[in-house]
Amino acid sequence: MKVSGRFLIFIGFFFGIIGIIYWFTSYEDAGSVMLAGSALLGLLPGGYYLWWSRRMRPLEGDVSDASVADGAGVIDSFPGSSIWPFLLGMGALFASLTFIFGLWLAPIALALGLSAIIGGVIESRRGGTV
Amino acid sequence: MTTTIESPERIEPEEPGGPDAHGPGGHGPDGPGHDAEHAPHHGPTGILNWLTSTDHKVIGKSYMITSLVLFFISGAMALVMRSQLADPTSSLVNFQTYNELFTMHGSLMLYLFAGPFAFGGLANYIVPLQVGAPDMAFPRLNALSYWLYLGGSSVMTLSFLVAGGAASFGWVAYAPLSNSINSPGAGTDMWLMSLGLTGFSAIFTGVNLVATIFYLRAPGLTMFRVPIFSWNMLVTGILILIAFPVLFGAVVMLFCDRHFGTHIFSVQGGGVPVLWQHLFWFFGHPEVYILALPYFGMVTDIFPVFSRKPLFGYRGMVFATLSIAALSTGVWAHHMFTTGVVLLPFFSLLSYLIAVPTGIKFFNWIGTMWGGQLSFQTPMLFSIGFLFAFLMGGVTGVLLASPPVDFMTHDTYFVVAHFHQVLIGTTVFAGFAGFYFWYPKMFGRMLSERLGKLHFWLLFIGFWVTFMPQYLVGLKGMPRRIADYLPTNGWTGLNQISTVGAFIIGFSFLFFLANLVQAWRKPVPAGDNPWDGGALEWFTSSPPPHHNFTHLPPIRSERPTWDYNHPEHRKVEHGDGPTTPDEEKETVGVPS
Repeated sequence: MKVSGRFLIFIGFFFGIIGIIYWFTSYEDAGSVMLAGSALLGLLPGGYYLWWSRRMRPLEGDVSDASVADGAGVIDSFPGSSIWPFLLGMGALFASLTFIFGLWLAPIALALGLSAIIGGVIESRRGGTV
Repeated sequence: MTTTIESPERIEPEEPGGPDAHGPGGHGPDGPGHDAEHAPHHGPTGILNWLTSTDHKVIGKSYMITSLVLFFISGAMALVMRSQLADPTSSLVNFQTYNELFTMHGSLMLYLFAGPFAFGGLANYIVPLQVGAPDMAFPRLNALSYWLYLGGSSVMTLSFLVAGGAASFGWVAYAPLSNSINSPGAGTDMWLMSLGLTGFSAIFTGVNLVATIFYLRAPGLTMFRVPIFSWNMLVTGILILIAFPVLFGAVVMLFCDRHFGTHIFSVQGGGVPVLWQHLFWFFGHPEVYILALPYFGMVTDIFPVFSRKPLFGYRGMVFATLSIAALSTGVWAHHMFTTGVVLLPFFSLLSYLIAVPTGIKFFNWIGTMWGGQLSFQTPMLFSIGFLFAFLMGGVTGVLLASPPVDFMTHDTYFVVAHFHQVLIGTTVFAGFAGFYFWYPKMFGRMLSERLGKLHFWLLFIGFWVTFMPQYLVGLKGMPRRIADYLPTNGWTGLNQISTVGAFIIGFSFLFFLANLVQAWRKPVPAGDNPWDGGALEWFTSSPPPHHNFTHLPPIRSERPTWDYNHPEHRKVEHGDGPTTPDEEKETVGVPS
């Protein structure tokens, strides 16, 4: 966690410095805004990680002499198979085609997308097949 | 169905058995290997398995197959274009079709092959194995990203069929050429929508890679023991998160300009056309490194295995990757030198600086091979081919970072030759090195060395024959994106050599396809670790069981499988924690 946090903070500071240099040498808006955004992308999650890394037990993956037994127990729940990503993807596909070929495709996109979102949420809540 | 994953069992270092390290004879090509019974998986089979799978291995393979199909389609387009250019006033295709061809060739190769093959395909498959994770951190998000990618790539490929044809403004879609007056028709809109869909697919994969590498590392696999391929995928994931949202924003703005009456990129309404170039290249240049870093990672994992040595300069590699990625986001406007509205010294200096970490990488690759017991199997040949190809592309890139040279060569074939050498060096040479290297792990069978070497040598020859003449014809003034030229221009001979080379490249891929067919029809079992590799992916069976690992070795260096298989050569160089006395036996020289 500490290394991950520092890694992201480094990204944030790098883009912050580059962004400041860029702004005061070019006065160009678009690039400065994008560099500032990139700096935030590093600083926000990096700061969050660092904040947490001081308040939690280190992950087994961060302990250099951890043995495999230290990681024993449940890692997490992983869905074995799920149809909802496919339906959500197809919903997004039809939604994008709606913008090109007209609103008549919108009901298909909505039906696919909504069913996938509802199905996916229920699947997560129940932790099983829906 | 949700499966709760228990962590893998421990293997004591002195316990005999474990994975068989040397040569074929381990596990047959059929079925998920001997460990399947430890991790039962009762999911759907057949096409329903493909549609519903959230297994990173199934998704990774789907990604690879889809992107390779698109690679071949796009390569065929390149051959049509080279045929057109072999004759000064050829009329093989008309100008509009030619414009569509080079646009779609670039778009398919860059958006739909090079990136997805690396981060959706190989990385999706290999990264969880390398970090000892049971799957990607967000398996359903991973599946969604594949379906978005498949949808997006279908939309782009099928745009040839709509009235007005496919997009025809080059893969960079500069405003105002891409507005609704100059590029009417559904083809352009389909191109934009495809970028939207595949852009989100890339973002989701980036999130998954970062989360997996940060959180799902096996016990003891600290960040500075993660194999360089996974390190590079972590950095690539972060670059994706920086770059692709900007592209999506730009695509939405362009779509609004085309259909909803905004004037973001048009001068008439007070907009700024060059803003498109800023937004596009703020995505586009990191994109070049999103396409390069995964492939750097692949060869970095391959060189030590075929040199029988640990990697030279592990930390140097990590910091070089970080520096390349960081700098790559500050150099976007070196594509815009000739617009006259960018700060030349800033972008020129940062572009030059990228040569430093890249040089460190070259130094470390050579240092890894130096004094090693080199064996020139197919993955190693492709990796060495990458060194030569990328070096040439990189050196001409340093030339182009100089504004005076760029003003002379901008939009000529010099630039075309430069970026083809960079991108074929990485995505094709290094990409196929990775494919040949990890194919036994993914499918449990070996590819033919003979056909692989034929593939390599033909590709290597064809590569130089195709692209070296393009530098010269570019210096003679031939602009890119033209469908014909005059016999009196004096470009004919060089173009014909280039076309011959392109067909040699095309021919070389027949050997690749033959190799796949042969491996499919006459499988040669690969065993768990055919190359005697050192990283964690070689510890599990080939192909791995449903949740990857039933056993894990103790992890005390960046080569846990090597340490386990060769305890006499165990290496603790990067173990920054306390070690037991028997682990402090230092590696001496080259293993016998």
